[in-house]
Amino acid sequence: MTTSTAAKYGTARRTVTMHVNGRDVTREVSTRTTLADFLRDELDLVSVHLGCEHGECGCCNVLFDGHSVRSCLMLAVQGDGHAVETVESLSVDPTELHPIQESFAEEQGLQCGFCTPAMVLRTKEIIETGHEMTDAEVRHEISGILCRCTGYQNIVNAVQSAGAKLRGEAAADGAAGGRS
Amino acid sequence: MKPPPFMYCDPESVDEAVALKSEYGNDSLVLAGGQSLLPMLTMRLARPEALIDINKIGDLQKIERRADILEVGAGVRQYELEDHPLVGELVPLLPEATGHIGHIENRHRGTVGGSLAHADSAAELPCTAVALEATVVVQGPSGTRTIMAQDFFQGWMTTALEPEEVLVAIRYPVTPWTAGHGFVEVARRVGDLALAGAAAVVNLDEDGRFTSVSVGVLGISDTTVRASAVESALIGEAPTEENIARVAEEIVPSVTSGDDLHATRAYRRHLASVVVSRAITAAVARAHERSNGK
Repeated sequence: MTTSTAAKYGTARRTVTMHVNGRDVTREVSTRTTLADFLRDELDLVSVHLGCEHGECGCCNVLFDGHSVRSCLMLAVQGDGHAVETVESLSVDPTELHPIQESFAEEQGLQCGFCTPAMVLRTKEIIETGHEMTDAEVRHEISGILCRCTGYQNIVNAVQSAGAKLRGEAAADGAAGGRS
Repeated sequence: MKPPPFMYCDPESVDEAVALKSEYGNDSLVLAGGQSLLPMLTMRLARPEALIDINKIGDLQKIERRADILEVGAGVRQYELEDHPLVGELVPLLPEATGHIGHIENRHRGTVGGSLAHADSAAELPCTAVALEATVVVQGPSGTRTIMAQDFFQGWMTTALEPEEVLVAIRYPVTPWTAGHGFVEVARRVGDLALAGAAAVVNLDEDGRFTSVSVGVLGISDTTVRASAVESALIGEAPTEENIARVAEEIVPSVTSGDDLHATRAYRRHLASVVVSRAITAAVARAHERSNGK
């Protein structure tokens, strides 16, 4: 290691500032900490579930700058300056669930619940594409997340129900000239 | 699980990344999308002294047309390859093949250069690079050099990259608009690594006979295989179902993978000719559509 490289990079810890669920957080982290561990251990965002920890199960899915990613396959330092959304951003109040969460409850789209936060976030991303999806399309779109209960039909129903609700809301907003 | 300790470096220029690579050589690894490297780190299969994260290098994230070449930066995310209008228009095989890489969550992070440098023989992008006769651009301490994709992939997860070099871009020849392309793979489950797959690009003359055929095959050997025997046997032939199926058998001797957890050698040999045949058939259908659309 040359002196200049060591001076620039030779520390095992680094300060990162990340925009998480709508607010900026600054923490000092070990450079080898994964984003998933950072969200769970430093920020207590325990909806980020770690199943396989090598990118297979998808239960650690978060929205990174608006896109679904596997947070176990990223380092926390890579989040510096970026926006991260976990399911905690949708509703903190159990009596006021987000329409997607409501649909998962109504359609029994959560069984053991382990994959549910990832499924809910992926649903948010899918619905934002704006078009109605067939069963087969929904199955394809959620195929990156494994439900260990294999209760997929209820999840598919929940995704479609949530999509219908949110598209209805958007249409109503449009008819009323948009919500102020 | 967590990765072993490393010195985390996040250079903002290619020159600096190359300088780090020159300093650390084989004791360093480049982190691009991390979809293969992070599991290798967390399982402690890789223990680099320095990890060189190239995600902050803006120069690696460009998609540009230069005359008859589409140049794609090594840091371009795979989902961009699927969605970018220029890519779909100029090299339509790419978005089609890219849609088969893992799941969308992987493609949101995974990069073009990362997949090429990782050189998994079952991966889609090395296979399309070979079929499209693409050129890989690498930069080292003495400047840049270009390597034909066919020569870049040398064996199982082995490439022509030297320890002090960084993969910076890939240059795809623009596909003639009259050409047809096809990509087919067979996997146990959507998103899994394919048991076998093939990418094909064909051109037909006015009588409808093959004037050029280019086929890359994945999953059947230590590295992507160019189906040269299939290609040469089809030139000048009419693209009938019988011709294609018969000539596709020429791929069988190139299947060197043995039995594994997912497929026997015999099944892979069968599958190889099936995917080659299907990819060529799909490419012919597209070429016909295009000539009829004139």
